[in-house]
Amino acid sequence: MNEHHLQLDNIRISLEGRQLLVLDAEIRGGEVLTVMGPSGVGKSSLLAYLAGFLAPAFEATGLVRLDGVQLNDLPAEQRHVGLLFQDALLFPHLSVGGNLRFALPAATFDKAARVEQALASIGLEGFAMRDPETLSGGQRSRVALQRLLLSEPRAVLLDEPFSRLDTHLRREVREFVFAGLKVAGLPAIMVTHDAEDAEAAGGRVIQL
Amino acid sequence: MAHAKARPSNLAIRLAPSLVLFVLVAPVVLGLVLTLLPAFGYLPVLGGEQLTLAYFAQLFAIPGLAHSVTVSLMAGLLTPLCALSLVLLFLAGAAGTRLELWMRRLVAPLLAIPHAAAAFGLAFLIAPSGLFMRLISPELNGLISPPDVLVVNDYWGLTMSLGLIIKEIPFLLLMALAALPQIQPEKRVAIARSLGYRPCRAWLMTVVPALYPLIRLPVYAVIAFASATVDVSLILGPNLPYTLSVMVLQWFNDPDLSYRFVAAAGALLQLGVTLVALLLWRLIEELGAWLGRRWISRGERRTGEASLRITGQVGVGLAVLISVGGVFALLINSFAGFWRFPDNLPGAWTTQAWSRALGEIGLPLANTLLIALVSTVLAIVMVIAVLESEQRAGKRLSPSMLLLYLPLLVPQIAFLFGLIVATEFLRWAPDIKLVIFAHLIFVLPYTFLTLAEAYRRLDPRWSQLAATLGASPWCIFWRVRLPLLLAPCLTAAAIAIAVSVSQYLATQLIGAGRVPSLTTEAVALASGGSRGIVAVWALLQALIPMLGFALALFLPRLLWRNRRGMRGLN
Amino acid sequence: MKAVISALLASLLSCLLALPTSAATLEPANWEQVLSEARGQTVYFDAWAGDPQINSYIAWAGQQLESRYGVTVTHVKLSDTAEGVSRVLAEKLAGNQQEGTVDLLWVNGENFATMKGNGLLFGPWAEQLPNFALVDADGHPEMREDFTIAVEGYEAPWTRSQLVFFYDSATLDSPPRSMREILQWAQANPGQFTYPRPPVFLGSTFLKQALLELAVDSAPLYRPVVPAQFASITAPLWDFLDALHPQLLRAGRSFPAGGTELRRMMGDGEISLAVSFSPSEANSGIAAGELPLTVRSYVLSGGSIGNVSFLAIPFNAQAKAGAMVLANFLLSAQAQAHAYDPQVMGSATVLSMAQLSTSERALFEAIEPGPATLTPDALGNTLREPHPDWMDALERAWIERYGAR
Repeated sequence: MNEHHLQLDNIRISLEGRQLLVLDAEIRGGEVLTVMGPSGVGKSSLLAYLAGFLAPAFEATGLVRLDGVQLNDLPAEQRHVGLLFQDALLFPHLSVGGNLRFALPAATFDKAARVEQALASIGLEGFAMRDPETLSGGQRSRVALQRLLLSEPRAVLLDEPFSRLDTHLRREVREFVFAGLKVAGLPAIMVTHDAEDAEAAGGRVIQL
Repeated sequence: MAHAKARPSNLAIRLAPSLVLFVLVAPVVLGLVLTLLPAFGYLPVLGGEQLTLAYFAQLFAIPGLAHSVTVSLMAGLLTPLCALSLVLLFLAGAAGTRLELWMRRLVAPLLAIPHAAAAFGLAFLIAPSGLFMRLISPELNGLISPPDVLVVNDYWGLTMSLGLIIKEIPFLLLMALAALPQIQPEKRVAIARSLGYRPCRAWLMTVVPALYPLIRLPVYAVIAFASATVDVSLILGPNLPYTLSVMVLQWFNDPDLSYRFVAAAGALLQLGVTLVALLLWRLIEELGAWLGRRWISRGERRTGEASLRITGQVGVGLAVLISVGGVFALLINSFAGFWRFPDNLPGAWTTQAWSRALGEIGLPLANTLLIALVSTVLAIVMVIAVLESEQRAGKRLSPSMLLLYLPLLVPQIAFLFGLIVATEFLRWAPDIKLVIFAHLIFVLPYTFLTLAEAYRRLDPRWSQLAATLGASPWCIFWRVRLPLLLAPCLTAAAIAIAVSVSQYLATQLIGAGRVPSLTTEAVALASGGSRGIVAVWALLQALIPMLGFALALFLPRLLWRNRRGMRGLN
Repeated sequence: MKAVISALLASLLSCLLALPTSAATLEPANWEQVLSEARGQTVYFDAWAGDPQINSYIAWAGQQLESRYGVTVTHVKLSDTAEGVSRVLAEKLAGNQQEGTVDLLWVNGENFATMKGNGLLFGPWAEQLPNFALVDADGHPEMREDFTIAVEGYEAPWTRSQLVFFYDSATLDSPPRSMREILQWAQANPGQFTYPRPPVFLGSTFLKQALLELAVDSAPLYRPVVPAQFASITAPLWDFLDALHPQLLRAGRSFPAGGTELRRMMGDGEISLAVSFSPSEANSGIAAGELPLTVRSYVLSGGSIGNVSFLAIPFNAQAKAGAMVLANFLLSAQAQAHAYDPQVMGSATVLSMAQLSTSERALFEAIEPGPATLTPDALGNTLREPHPDWMDALERAWIERYGAR
């Protein structure tokens, strides 16, 4: 498995002249960098900047390099940076299988088989035609992660991914997310409020 | 997001707002200028070579002009006042209840009835020889011939205002319902209730101030329409004297060709009347805001709760009842043979009116459908292009986009004549393509009004997510945004179709009578007065928008029958 | 400049394509040429469409033209003749000399005066129509004048109308036979009568009829209006109307939009007496199921205004030949007889029976008269229409006096 490598050089994000954050970091494949801080400090804008959709109201500078490729001038869809939100955000108009298919690059040739394979790996064989609404919270999170992995990202951003889940589910989901990331060898940045999340991630923690 | 490649399609998207604005604004401005010149006496073909104020003098010497203007102004202010108040009171009282859900579903079919057809229905219902009087005579009032009472075509245009109010309530309701989710009414009401306010008052105090700015433009459109309507005024409005807009139309058609100048002057006066109505409404807004603030700060929790709620529900309920009753009256009249007053039902039934109409329906129906579909598709494509460009630029469109509503705010009569002159000069033959373009001018703003909020409100995370999964902006558009917005798009399309079907002046004048539509046929026959025929054409006129709304309602349900998550996005 | 260039290009193109061009090459007297040119043309016939029976008749005429001469007729439905005039005017304004959108227009009276005076008409052509001879214009001068304006072949006659009254014999025993009697009857029975609001043609004609009866001397009415004398000549009319209006339906605060609305009002029982242009109004109404069987027509004893309505061709019509063929067909015995039938239209013919052959006359005699038919004797004396100035002047004066309360 290729190891991916994410480098953040002197990232500065400000809003209306007021500097929100400064960040310098290097993250290796399989490592999770946790960024913590109070609300409004700019954590989400950091992720937006890295993924490529920072609102024009913000000013941001700094280099972002993924596997040596500079991301700053690339549009979001070409950055190969995956994103996990608080909600699973499975497309409601597509079936479970449709959601997974969406993530597969156009050139893939046996999409149906890949989808089945992905579903099987999370214990949801035969769920391809199901309505995402009929899945439980945990199942949805798993499908969301699979969808993310199927798009073959080189880095992953996590925006408070477990905050909407109840405690029991939270542990379960945390486990398989971090396991999945490790197995795929993906560098990850997680933004969270929860110290337990940071602990479970097992990587560096930056307090803003 | 800012790095989109300079492909032709992307270029088209970026230019979309300017193009759309041009398509809308240029004809209106051009038409106005070509109407302005004759108003001041410049029309070489008729010998008008010098600018003069003589025609304005002639205009102001017309007997009854002051009253015509007053009636137009009154209609322009009464209509939004009553319609808006009733709509807000209704929403306040019905918020969160099942009644609100029902109303959401009823709004669309009520909107589908073109205003001319609704006006006919109302006339057939409340005229002295109408359905209502027939039902209550002679049992309840001993009358065996219709009472000699001036109801329809009354002097102050109250029946006309009533017809307009009934027609605008569903429209304002739709606009308000579309805007509500943005301001989170449930939360506001919940907070107010926790402070002791009764629900109806709570809604009025906390939601209305936030809601009004969002529906301000639709209200202005209502004012403009009510103050300058021609078809509804011809059917329900006073005829001694006519309202200003009708008089202007008659002057345009006057065989004494020198009256064209006066007509142009009258058209400008109509524009002035509409502007005055809008300005007065602005004052009413300020007054209302001031009164509202005092009312809120008085802090009364409970008084008037029930009466507020009941007024709203009764008012809107009546409007719905009358609309439906009107359609019912049309239906009966279309099958009526000789129907002596005061029989409750016709003595003889006949399908003569229907068979005659169905024999002639071919071309008008085809034209109406073609025009409506093409102008709707064009409008939807253009509006989506503009909204996409907004999304991709990442920021709201410039305020110049407000010019989008220009065709709704300028009286049709004021610029259509000038447009005809322009199309004549350019030798554009009066065929269906020209009529489609004329319809597009009016359909676009309504399409934008209904689609914009849904588009903007769509959770941006969907597009962001799709992008991170590797989807290009076009892929996001076709596979994510459009499917998610299918229901609002279909609703906007249905409204666009309804707007196109009810156009009269645009089809008749621009098409030079060569492009008959269901509406032009109905109005032409209305000048003849035979009730059965008028009823049939009015019903046929209402049929197409109804189908449009039915489609908008059922197609998403069909497509997403296995997708529960899509229901909430309707 | 643009107009000149376009005109040049147009004539150049038409020379190259050998298409029929302007009126200059169309010789109405050469009927063979007219027929051959008309074949394949589409005639846009602009006519008032408020009466469904007339619309059906026009549709029938279109079918006949298609099968006999290969000419397609499209009925452009107007809610007011002036819309057609407006269109032609707008085209002239823009310099459109060749591609008019109106080929044939149903006009009379002031509309004709306006169009002729402004050079909006093509002609002369009407007297060259083969069927024009059937009209016996020499014996019937009204075929050559339209509201005292000389037609000079610029329009062809089509139908004849006469101002008649109709009433419901179930509620009205002996109908009033003069304007004065109408006033007396209305005062005794208020709210039972009304007339259409001028400037609707029927309403203005009612005014003219009243003025003809009430004026001291009717000679000035056949000459242009002399403004200084207008007030004194029309004074009796205004006195009459001042007394009549409060006794009308709605006390004169609202007037119906036209003749068909009067028919509806009588059918509903709102009025007992009304005016119409069609002597067989009662028949047609009964046949159409809009009037009860007790309705009858009659004319005033002093004679009633009658006029001929015509068909005119605008100067820039594209299908002039086709328009002439249509006008000629509408003048034929077959078309006139079909219109005479109360089941179809019930309108009086412009043809002179003496000019028809036996078989043609038989077409008329075969028509079943309805229960409310007015025989030609009962139609009484026809009064000529006054000069068109008067119509205009009366309308404006009426609007000034009663147009706003």
